[in-house]
Order: sequence, then C-alpha cells, then structure tokens
Amino acid sequence: MGKILEIAARNLLRYRRRTLLTSLLVVIGIAAVLLFVAITGSFKALMIGQITDSMLGHLQVHRRGYVASIESLPLNLNMPPQMAAQAVKALDGNPDVEAYAPRIKFGAMFSNFTETTSVRVNGVDPERENLVTPLLAGRQLDGERGGALVKRGQILVPVLVARGLQVKAGDTVVLVTTNKDGSVNGKTFVIRGTLESATGPGGRDGYIHIEDARELLRMTEPEVTEFAVRIKRQEQAERVTAVLVDELAGVKNKQGGPALEVHPWQRLTPFANIANMIDVLTLAIKVMLVSIVLVAIMNVMVMAVYERIREIGTIAAIGTPPRRILALFLIEGLLLGVLGSAVGTAVSLAGIYALNVWRISYSFGQQEGLLLAPVIGVQDVVSIAGMVIVVAVLASLQPAWKASRMDPITALRHV
Amino acid sequence: MSLVSAVQLAKTYRAGDVDVPAVRGVDFAIEPGSFVAFVGPSGSGKSTLLNMIGCLDKPSSGRLTVLDTDVATLDRRAGAEFRGRHIGFIFQDFNLIPVLTAYENIEYPLMMVQNWPQARRREQVMGLLSAVGMADQAAKRPDQLSGGQKQRVAVARALVANSKLVLADEPTANLDHDTAYRIIGLMRKMRDELKTTFVFSTHDPKIMREAEVTFMLEDGRLAQNSGSAHHG
Repeated sequence: MGKILEIAARNLLRYRRRTLLTSLLVVIGIAAVLLFVAITGSFKALMIGQITDSMLGHLQVHRRGYVASIESLPLNLNMPPQMAAQAVKALDGNPDVEAYAPRIKFGAMFSNFTETTSVRVNGVDPERENLVTPLLAGRQLDGERGGALVKRGQILVPVLVARGLQVKAGDTVVLVTTNKDGSVNGKTFVIRGTLESATGPGGRDGYIHIEDARELLRMTEPEVTEFAVRIKRQEQAERVTAVLVDELAGVKNKQGGPALEVHPWQRLTPFANIANMIDVLTLAIKVMLVSIVLVAIMNVMVMAVYERIREIGTIAAIGTPPRRILALFLIEGLLLGVLGSAVGTAVSLAGIYALNVWRISYSFGQQEGLLLAPVIGVQDVVSIAGMVIVVAVLASLQPAWKASRMDPITALRHV
Repeated sequence: MSLVSAVQLAKTYRAGDVDVPAVRGVDFAIEPGSFVAFVGPSGSGKSTLLNMIGCLDKPSSGRLTVLDTDVATLDRRAGAEFRGRHIGFIFQDFNLIPVLTAYENIEYPLMMVQNWPQARRREQVMGLLSAVGMADQAAKRPDQLSGGQKQRVAVARALVANSKLVLADEPTANLDHDTAYRIIGLMRKMRDELKTTFVFSTHDPKIMREAEVTFMLEDGRLAQNSGSAHHG
C-alpha cells in the first residue's frame, strides 16, 4: 500500500503544474467554504445569543392561544396561579432546564407628563430573569447599574422611547394601562436606565418589577403571562420543547385539550428564518464546493488516464490485476483530495485567526459595534474535509474504472 | 511436452464490415528453454501470434496451449494472473514506467503482481540488475538511460518473476545495430543461465539468424521454419 501511495504521488508530481492548479482549486474551494461557515456561524451564534440571552430565553411556556395573539398582549390569556404552579412543577422536574423566570407582559401608555407613547412592558422577577437572560443587563446604556436588574418603582426604558420622549435615567414617568377587566390604572416609575434596542420581538420592550406589574394591573392573584426558560444546551431547544409538551399535556383547559403550550426560540422570532437561510446558503456553498472538486479532479484524472494509456497497457500486460490498476488511480484522486483539504483547512484556519486578530465590527439592524468573531468547530472541519476527500475519490472512480478495464493490446497500440 | 502448442490457430479481426484474417490456421510447438524467432514482414501476423501466446488476445479458432493451459479458457482476471505468474514481456518501445527508477521498474512485477516480501525482492532485483549489467544504473529513471540500457532493464523486468516464457515483440526495432546484437546476446545469455524460453519477433534478417528456431510468417501463414521446433 505504501508503495502504491508513493507511485501515485510520483505520478501526480509528473504533471506538477496541472496538479498544482487542481489542488489550488480545491484549496480555494475548501478555504472559502470553511471561512463562510465560520463567519456565518459566528453571526448566527451571536444573533441567536443576543435574542435568547437578552430577550426570549431558549424557550417559553404560555397559556394555549397566547402566542397566536401575542401582538395584542392579551391579559385574559395569562396563566392563573394553579396553572402556573403546574408549569413550575414540570420545569423544576426537567433536568435540561437550567433556569426559568415568570413574566407578565402588557401594553401601556408611557408618559413624561407632557407627551405620551405606547410601550410594551415586561414585569420580571429580577433575580430569576438574570439567570434566564444574562445579557439583558448588558443592554442597559446608562443610569444605575449593578445589583438587581430592576427594583420596585423603577423602569428600564427602551432607548428609542427615551429619545422620543426626551427622558433620561432618574426622571419620573408614568405608566397607564388597562387590566383584563377594563379598569384603567396608572403608576409612576423612576427611570433606572435606557435599554439598547435588540433585533427581534421584545427588542424594544420596557422592564419593571413583576410585583409592580401585578399592582399596576390590579391582579388579585399572582398570574403569569409566560415562563422564559433557559436550558443547558441551546441547540437542544426543539427536543426539550417536545419533552416539556409531553410533560405538560396533563394540564387541561375547559375543553379538555392541553392548557399550556411550549415554543422554542425558533418559533418566537423571525430571526429563525434568517438562521435557516444561513443554513441553506451554507448547504448551497457546500454543493458548489462538491461540484468544483468533482469537475476539477475528474478532469485531471481523465487526462491522466488518457495520457498514460500505453503505460496502463504495459502494467496490464505484465499481469497487474485490474483492482490494483483501479487502486493506483483512485489513490491519485485521494491524494489530490487530501492535499487540497489539508492546505485548504490550514489556509482557512489562518484566515479565521486573522479575522479574530483584526476584530472586525459590524452593524445589524439598530445594533452597532457587533464583533465578528468567526470560529469553526472540529466537526465542521472534519465533515467538510472528509466530504472533499470522498468526492475526490468518487471523481476518480470513473477514470480509474476505465483504466482498470482497458484492453492491454488496444492500450499498447495507442499512439 | 511442448511449452507452447498451436493447432490450426487462427485469428480474424473485424474492421467495420470486413473480416481481416491476421493468422490463418498455423500449427507449431515451442519447446522449453528454446530461443525462438517469429520472422516476417510487417502485417504478417507476428505480433498477433505473440499476443495470443501471451494471453493478451484470444484465438478465433484452433487451439493454443501455453504451459498446458488453453489460453481461450482464461477470462480477463485469470489471463492477468497467468501472465503475471508465467510470462514476461519485452516491448519494442521498452515501455518502462517513467516515474520509477531502473531498480523499481524491475521490482514492479514482484511488488504489484506477485507480492513478494521486500528482502526477497531486493535480492532478486539486484541479482538481475547485475546479470544485465545495469547494477550501477539502478537509481536512474528511464529518461536518464539510453535505448540499450532501457531494453536491458526491460529484459530484467521480464525475467524477474522467474517467468518460464519471455515474449519480445520486435525488441531491437528501436535500437542501433550494435545495441540490437548486444540485447539479443543478453537475451540468449539469460536463456542459457535461467533456462527460460525466449520467443521474439523481428523483421531484421540479421537478428533472425541469432535465433535457434525460426518461424517464417507470410500473410498469417507459416511459410517455413528452421531449427528443432515442430511445424505442422
């Protein structure tokens, strides 16, 4: 086997320029794909992290029908305490759940006493919310920092609302809202700070303490609009959702159907579509890479067989078994694939390192200064390099097969 | 027992709609250890006969046995195995593998066909390199060798697997006269030392005279023979 490898390598070196050009094509292809996967993967991970860790959590539990009418923030679809307790029991019992936080969501009028605008408000348990959305505190641009995310009587105001109404940290404002019975109530708050906008639903919400929310909404019992849940492995959101759906299936509504529903983050934000599009683009780029490798290596191997017909005739005449002739040419293709993959991977890793050293920043929506930090996993490198090597061998198969089946007399007569 | 035996051996090629007879019902036998030449002008059927003896081609009719094996019964794989085990080839254009050194070219059949262990290969190859006078050229590649040196390497390659029969199709056609004589002399010397049967084709009357047994071919038929071989 070692000698066959050596002979194959020497045959490749026989046509140095052609081997170099073909390898270069494979190198450029694999480097481009790995860089693309690293950059888009970094962008995707960053955006998913932003969305889940500063707003949504990895999944959410709602009363059935709430998500379908989420735009109107319906208060009549809050979970009553008994239902919320059953959700808590399921969440406490699930080993994949790292933390969860209850929220009350509602729409309110936000006033600086001279101007008014509408705002979506989240009533949160500051300590639990910190565990579920650890990046939320980092979105606070000014004002009082440290300690609880928000204290009783304080509000975190979305920066666009603060700018529009020209209010700042320390100012007193008022929230006016209508509860589910139609009763209007108002409460003054001190602005703790302004919150940077984030991409996706909830990216321009205000935050108050959950007890203030209950007081403002005149709740007679501690209702919950949603539980935001953080799980141990974000990529398992769909699986954990399915498990929780099963576990909560016993909580019935008056019609005897499930009273609660669970949604992973992908179902709660349109960014999931962008993430899917990135995956489709990545697949398309991989298909292009496969095509490039296939055509390039098949071309070079067809040429190699054509140029060595007499040589093939000679080795066949002296008794070389067809399978060994097949192996000789397959190994040439394999070596081209391995060489291209190795150099391409090295180039792409160097490129990824350089991009991390240069610390390139970019904007996405209203978010600025996002840092491009491409990373590539061993699994991606191995799967893409492996795919290229397999395709290289497959591309050599037809020419190698042709060589192994060649009639020695015809081959020896070839001019 | 003859090493090669042909009875009413014929080969016809099809060129479009026309049948072209290359060998027309020849009978001959070649004894072990003989030094045989098939002689005749271009197109007389010499190469076709050698190809059939070498199991590279199959007869259209008649019977051809080589080492007691009916070559018509060998399929592609069995034919390759039979050639690798029993027959060595020397070609007009030397046909050495350009990426291999002289040593590696000779070693090739032992490594790629016979799977000999390395130590045994080395001993066999070095012995043959010395026997053909190429020991000092072992590390050179074919493009660094003269025509005569290449053919010496080819002779060694044909003999390296202890072949019982060596077939050489016009082995001296691309060599100058002196070199051609030396190559024929080398082949004869190897025959004497190893008792291997050599069968070669030529159209050169001077080279022809070096053979112990000569078969004259004309238009696919045996015209006459000389020496001790049988002619039907």
